[in-house]
Amino acid sequence: MIETPDVLVVGAGPAGLAAAAAARRAGAQVVLLDAAADAGGQYWRHLPAERPAARERILHHGWDRFARLRGQELLADAQVWLVERHDDRPPTVHALVGPADGTAREKRVFAPRALVLATGAYERTLPFPGWDLPGVFTAGAAQALAKAERVAVGRRVVVAGAGPFLLPVAASLVRTGARVLGVLEANPWPRLARAWTARPAELFASRGKAGELAGYVRDLIRHRIPYRAATGVVAAHGDGRVEAVTVARLGPDWAPGTERRIAADAVCVSHGFVPRAELAVAAGCRLDPDGSVHTDAEGRTSVPGVFAAGEITGIGGADLALAEGSVAGTVAAGGADRRGFTGFPARLEAAHGIRPGWTGWLTDDTLVCRCEDVTAGDLRAAAEATGSRGLRSLKLSTRAGLGACQGRVCGRTVEELLNRHTGGLLDPGRTANRPVAALVRLGELAAHHEDHEENA
Amino acid sequence: MKVLVVGAGVIGAAVARELARAGVSVTVLDRAASAGGTSASGEGNLLVSDKGPGPELELAQRSLTLWAELRESLPAQLGPGFPAIEYEPKGGLVVATTSSGAAGLHKFAAVQREAGVVATPVDGRELEPDLTPAHTAAMFYPQDAQVQPAIATEALLASARLSGAQVRQGVEVLGPLRRGDRLTGVRTSDGDVGADHVVVAAGPWSAQVAERLGVALPVRPRRGTLLVTTRMRQRIRHKVYDADYVGAVGSDDAALQTSSVVESTAAGTVLIGSSRERRGFDERIEARVLSAIAAKALVLFPFLADVAVMRAYGGFRPFVPDHLPVIGPDPRLPGLWHATGHEGAGIVLSTATGELVADLLTGREPRVAAGPFAVDRFSSV
Repeated sequence: MIETPDVLVVGAGPAGLAAAAAARRAGAQVVLLDAAADAGGQYWRHLPAERPAARERILHHGWDRFARLRGQELLADAQVWLVERHDDRPPTVHALVGPADGTAREKRVFAPRALVLATGAYERTLPFPGWDLPGVFTAGAAQALAKAERVAVGRRVVVAGAGPFLLPVAASLVRTGARVLGVLEANPWPRLARAWTARPAELFASRGKAGELAGYVRDLIRHRIPYRAATGVVAAHGDGRVEAVTVARLGPDWAPGTERRIAADAVCVSHGFVPRAELAVAAGCRLDPDGSVHTDAEGRTSVPGVFAAGEITGIGGADLALAEGSVAGTVAAGGADRRGFTGFPARLEAAHGIRPGWTGWLTDDTLVCRCEDVTAGDLRAAAEATGSRGLRSLKLSTRAGLGACQGRVCGRTVEELLNRHTGGLLDPGRTANRPVAALVRLGELAAHHEDHEENA
Repeated sequence: MKVLVVGAGVIGAAVARELARAGVSVTVLDRAASAGGTSASGEGNLLVSDKGPGPELELAQRSLTLWAELRESLPAQLGPGFPAIEYEPKGGLVVATTSSGAAGLHKFAAVQREAGVVATPVDGRELEPDLTPAHTAAMFYPQDAQVQPAIATEALLASARLSGAQVRQGVEVLGPLRRGDRLTGVRTSDGDVGADHVVVAAGPWSAQVAERLGVALPVRPRRGTLLVTTRMRQRIRHKVYDADYVGAVGSDDAALQTSSVVESTAAGTVLIGSSRERRGFDERIEARVLSAIAAKALVLFPFLADVAVMRAYGGFRPFVPDHLPVIGPDPRLPGLWHATGHEGAGIVLSTATGELVADLLTGREPRVAAGPFAVDRFSSV
């Protein structure tokens, strides 16, 4: 049976929750679904409902807002595995509902009048020698452990990378009892100051974000955690797990300079976020050059009937996601709304964007694709040996990005490195092309076939 | 002699390599990157098992001989730093699951044997312990093999370069250069390129290139879709397909047809095909196609029901109405040659196709009769 809600919202983080609430307010019949067991997304990740923490309000920024939004009906544990685009109507969305490891997931097929994609972002972590050692965490994983499990990743922890996200991660770690040795931002002070102090009036709409960040900075000061700009972790060392990290001064383009070694048992790294755009790509939505989904001020994508909100339209944080979600949900339901211009994603990129000198800390044997054990040297050698300028061909030659994560972790990095080694790829931007958006068992696929046969 | 090859897929690569080794000055052009179209979208089949007696089988048999030589010579020529082409002489197992299918399979194998194909009736479960016990016949084809098709294409191109060929990627053919009735080169997005002969090896896009040069060619895209599972312990040892596959390959029907083709790759994933559907250059991946492919695969290997698919990809085969490739000079435009229309068998047929083009262009005695592949066999040409 194909369900036909007025509005289908995919993703129940801040943007999706706001979109669904707004669409409901506008009188639409809404289905809101999420792959997780509960609403909140990465931002409002929390303990399962059966063991709530009394202190969630303290641990989470904007918890009251979430508490209001989470009361909505949610189709949880719903994995969208395929979006089919049509020439004459909005896409069809195929989902499997139930625990991913369960054997009896229910299949649901939606042909909504309007589709709102609020699928968020993947964390971006640049590789460095030793990043595959136990004890190296993505900042997001460390924060998830802290928020959802109340587990600290180590006793002496270095937080490094780029972007304001490093601050809440450090704050979460401190609350779980870890000692944070420092928060290292790769970009230099002048760039950070220039990007964040220019045109302050524009930031007015993001004042909630500013307040949130100020709170984290107060946390750092209170716990005497140093915040260092133009600095990064360029290697992790240890016998079987992290025992020390090499910290380097970074030049304006992130080229590594003077190094020193620090004893640490964990390092949490984040270099920003990549829009989680595979469903939008499958729907046929146009992407901006940075890989985010292109939308107008009403949240419309380039495909009629498909809207996008939140981090997939540009990394801007939860307040912006809430605002975008509310606009997209209202317009998707047939109402009228427009979002103001904050320039926040552009500002974030100007301040904290990745700079090309980072490849200076790679060695030939640094792993780039961890699923398929492909090193930086393998990529360079394949590009040189074949002379191909094709991402597709070079991925097939090296197997980079073809493993279990399907390039979600390494895709951008593989593409950047190969772009450099080939003098310019002729088929760039393939990284977000994953038509099968989630693992599906062949038995589940075959069951779909019986349906098609019955309907035929 | 200067020859321009249009298309840096497996056919263009094999043609360029043979010509360059024969001392011809060769340039390969591709509007995109090397090995980025049909050659990077298939399983890398080197099959005789799906071919009945006739010119395509003869071309495939010669091709297999050449592939077996390349298996040794390419790594020696390209050195250990070049990715392996993953040549696996694994053999094919064709399985029937109905009594009429079993009769058809035995009959087909009998005529194949007369044409030199080795086809041995076997107990399917002895070769593939996880095969469905419900099968009615199994035929083993030890000559079937497999390569990694993108790497094989790159290896042929690299070998061509070592013999002096030039490969120019990101250069699109816009129109002909002519002197009188003769084609003397092409206008491209990167300037004019003169040549004594132009070989169009652009796979399913060959009709578009030919049209830009002024001739019609009945090559159309035929869509195919493959599923890739997550890595698993190897439980499938051969290329296993159901006997319907031969019928689907030879069909002219534009509507969706699926037949099961299942095999393990060197990387530990299982590739599951295949579908055939004519609907232009439509790249959409659809649930109904994936479901049909999955359902057929489970008939052969029920244990696959619990295995997860992590990727699906599609491609376009160069389809010709009579299912024979188009190889040789075009009498309508002297200087123009074709090497296309191999449908789903381009990887295996590339080697003998390259040799045949080089034989004809350099005046050598062809190893395989060229007549059946001539472009003027079509009434419309």
